Amino acid sequence: MKQRVEIVKRIMDSNDRLAQNNQAILDQHHIFGINLMASPGAGKTSFILETIKRLPAEIKLGVIEGDTAPVTIDSDKIAAAGIPTVQINTGGECHLDANMIEMALVELPLEELNLIIVENVGNLICPAAFRLGTHANVLIASIPEGDDKPYKYPNIYRGLDVLIINKIDLSPYIEFRMDYFQQGVEMLNPGLQTFALSAKTGGGFDAWIAWLTRKVTAK
Amino acid sequence: MHELPVTESILKMVLESAQKNQAKSVTDITLTIGSLSSIVDDSVQFYWDFVSKGTICENAKLHFNRVVATLKCLDCGTTYSLIEELTPCPSCGSINIIILSGEEFQVDHIEIVKEETNSDETTR
Repeated sequence: MKQRVEIVKRIMDSNDRLAQNNQAILDQHHIFGINLMASPGAGKTSFILETIKRLPAEIKLGVIEGDTAPVTIDSDKIAAAGIPTVQINTGGECHLDANMIEMALVELPLEELNLIIVENVGNLICPAAFRLGTHANVLIASIPEGDDKPYKYPNIYRGLDVLIINKIDLSPYIEFRMDYFQQGVEMLNPGLQTFALSAKTGGGFDAWIAWLTRKVTAK
Repeated sequence: MHELPVTESILKMVLESAQKNQAKSVTDITLTIGSLSSIVDDSVQFYWDFVSKGTICENAKLHFNRVVATLKCLDCGTTYSLIEELTPCPSCGSINIIILSGEEFQVDHIEIVKEETNSDETTR
């Protein structure tokens, strides 16, 4: 006998439940968590390094580095800056998920931290679907990637809390219609908190650091 | 290309529900996928054949209920569908819009074949 069974459940539910657990762990330790996403080459690691340089002394950062291969180039740089770092090798997976974060959190000295930045795998599609349990989804869009990205990858812009526009020092050399870019962002995520900066020159970082400091101290 | 873990989640959800309903096998699975959800249904189908092998879901048919993205202009009230890329309101050009549909990504229902011994039993 055939029977129809109604399910009507979001497919990402099981990941989202794990993400909620992660957030509870972070909250318990008064840690503010950031899920940092971007396409490859947008400047995630240099952005983190520049942020480290400018963090006020009371902010104790830990970093979770997601990479598709056991290449420790990024995590070595961050560990060299004296920051507790855990590398997750996703084994070819194009994104981090809540389960990977749960395992990485165990390896960080949570009692000593009040900020964790998760550097997601460089990709504009897959990371958007997987909540990690962090408090803010942050995307770095960089000028050389082009101004059409919100139109091509609407999904990732939908779930953002903060947008970083990186490499603004390259604006004079690259055709990037800021109005067009921001129009796309505004349609998908009205009023999105945005910081335009350059991880190379450090320009524009003050506003970002001020925002971050406010969030961390409020935790 | 995150369809593999996603397909595994689908299998897990379907198996859970099938077992709760004493299914002997699952014959059909209906999914709703919005055009903004960045899921490629061909890939889901490809992985499905692979992950469902050896389970009671093996050979189940996947049905994709595709939902086109629908937007509503908050300034003039026009409702429009996105066929290609994101565009401002076609009537008044406003970017003050909301997304009404297109982000769905869910398992709707399954068709199962019951164990004959307890065919009258209904689980709530």
